[in-house]
Amino acid sequence: MTETLVGTAAAAGPARPLVQVENLGRVFDVSPPWLNRVIERLPQRLLRAVAGVNFTIDRCETFALVGESGSGKSTVAKMVVGLIPPTTGQVIIDGVSMTNPAHDGQRRALRRRIQMVFQDPYASLNPRWRAFDIIAEPIRAFSLADSRQEIAARVGELLTLVGLDPADGAKYPHEFSGGQRQRIAIARALASEPEFIVCDEPTSALDVSVQAQILNLMRDLQDRLGLTYLFISHNLAVVRHMANRIGVMYLGRLVEVAPSRDLFRAPRHPYTRMLLDAVPDLEMTGRQRKAVEGEIPNPIDPPAGCAFHPRCPFANDRCRAERPEPVAAGAGEVACHAVAEGRI
Amino acid sequence: MTEPVLSVRNLKVEFPTRRGRLTAIDDISFDLMPGEVLGVVGESGAGKSITGTAIIGLIEPPGRIAGGEILLKGRRIDNLPPDAMRKIRGKRIGMVFQDPLTSLNPLYRIGDQLIETVQTHTDLSAAAARNRALALLTEVGIPAPASRIDNYPHQFSGGMRQRVVLALALAAEPELVIADEPTTALDVSVQAQIIALIKRLCRQHGAAVMLITHDMGVIAETADRVAVMYAGRIVEIGPVRDVVKQPHHPYTKGLMGSIPTIATESDRLLQIPGSMPRLTAIPKGCAFHPRCPARFAPCDQVRPELAGRDRSQVACWLYHDVPAPAELQP
Repeated sequence: MTETLVGTAAAAGPARPLVQVENLGRVFDVSPPWLNRVIERLPQRLLRAVAGVNFTIDRCETFALVGESGSGKSTVAKMVVGLIPPTTGQVIIDGVSMTNPAHDGQRRALRRRIQMVFQDPYASLNPRWRAFDIIAEPIRAFSLADSRQEIAARVGELLTLVGLDPADGAKYPHEFSGGQRQRIAIARALASEPEFIVCDEPTSALDVSVQAQILNLMRDLQDRLGLTYLFISHNLAVVRHMANRIGVMYLGRLVEVAPSRDLFRAPRHPYTRMLLDAVPDLEMTGRQRKAVEGEIPNPIDPPAGCAFHPRCPFANDRCRAERPEPVAAGAGEVACHAVAEGRI
Repeated sequence: MTEPVLSVRNLKVEFPTRRGRLTAIDDISFDLMPGEVLGVVGESGAGKSITGTAIIGLIEPPGRIAGGEILLKGRRIDNLPPDAMRKIRGKRIGMVFQDPLTSLNPLYRIGDQLIETVQTHTDLSAAAARNRALALLTEVGIPAPASRIDNYPHQFSGGMRQRVVLALALAAEPELVIADEPTTALDVSVQAQIIALIKRLCRQHGAAVMLITHDMGVIAETADRVAVMYAGRIVEIGPVRDVVKQPHHPYTKGLMGSIPTIATESDRLLQIPGSMPRLTAIPKGCAFHPRCPARFAPCDQVRPELAGRDRSQVACWLYHDVPAPAELQP
């Protein structure tokens, strides 16, 4: 099944999306230690962080995943770049499966083309390395330049590209501000000349004026270098600004996928509506925000049926018993009985 | 004319460091009226949290209040001895901090923490204090408080913990609540609940609120007035609608333009070049001038003071009489 899918996809040519995520799932074992389990007769406890996630990302597109903490969006990001292996399903990038052993050889070449930018630029840069070495490391690792001069020229180019001075390469991370550090992290990600960058909350640790600089920079770089982004964020306003298409996650599942414009104009899933209502917006000065009842449930023990039903104003008996599958709605997909039945 | 709950006059806070004296807050003044919600916004390092800490008298030595005064209902509190100040904290000034897990003691049941607070500040009996604690938990929206009162903080979710912290802050019916980033650690859906709760409770209890946050959206929704801070100074203060919709100071304009919103689709965000100066190296004149698109002659020479424009006040030479050229050094 997998083989044929990859085969046909490869034959399909330029229309094939760059990234295909198929039925992706990840289970974490959060059981107490083995000895406690034996002595106290505790059962094994499994946390289903991600389940049944499907989406594709086209070339030069920005696909965003939004959700609250614990919705599994960062776990998806880590599986897409291959930092953690999926329990079920697979990620196919440009026709190469990230897990299929038959693709081991091609995967090595693929690694150069995938990079990641992390949330906290204070933690993602080695404090004992100069900015120059941080950025030069991928160039050396993938043998993209031969001589010292070539590497130095390339690092200088990258620093200029992200709006820093080539002379800044001699400094250590602590000499930079948060925004400048995130620029270095982006320069490092660009050093291997990737096509696809996974950005996990790249601006959450930054102040708003610096966030604006970084978001503008990321969009400029996308236009200049033809990058494809998977953009993870909890901030809907940032996502609206960056993404072409958006996937909304709740308790490890995608509840709605839609083009950015449609999602903000006419959200379909009750959770998406709730999220949009909950965003404080500058335009609404004086307007009461709709208070939402309840919080995201514990993923170790998710509710039966639709995971959102305890908080959903439209839930009925079917929602409590049967999990909704994604169905096409407009230009996107929604997993909701109420939407499928036309109740809302 | 009603008396302000809190008056801050020319407050200055300094931290001596090995590399020289660092002025975290430089000469700020504002009033807070009863029942009013004053939002304090700014980016990291602007001095907004230090302002809150200075008011409750918890600046860590060697930091110190180097000048100015803080008045609570007309009486100075910045020079009180630690004992007297401790009696004011919790009783007359309630506090809510960012991370509810660190403001609750993990080793005590939340009921015991509430009862202790109630008994410290009132002369209720143990049984009456417990009833008061239950009433507070009901008020902040903890479901089935009778069964949760003997739980430990780790048994609550983040949003529920912040509700407990709010109950603690309101336990002694304070006149002033200082909330420092109360919703920053929470998810957006829970954030909306907590904001609505803070607003409702303070209105019911008639407490004034100083809401410190970096999130302009939260301020726009909650505050009556807003003070915008930059590099240890207030650059603009006024009714929230005026500041949000028609900002005057170039920094406020830049700040508002740099916030992506869900209401509008824009290609590029407005971008303020550079970043806030280090507090040890604040530029001469207006601290914002190196990043300011509208700077002119006096900006790098003379520091502008806050001055009135109707209900709002701005510290910017664009709106004031420019000092005579003789005062400016070439």
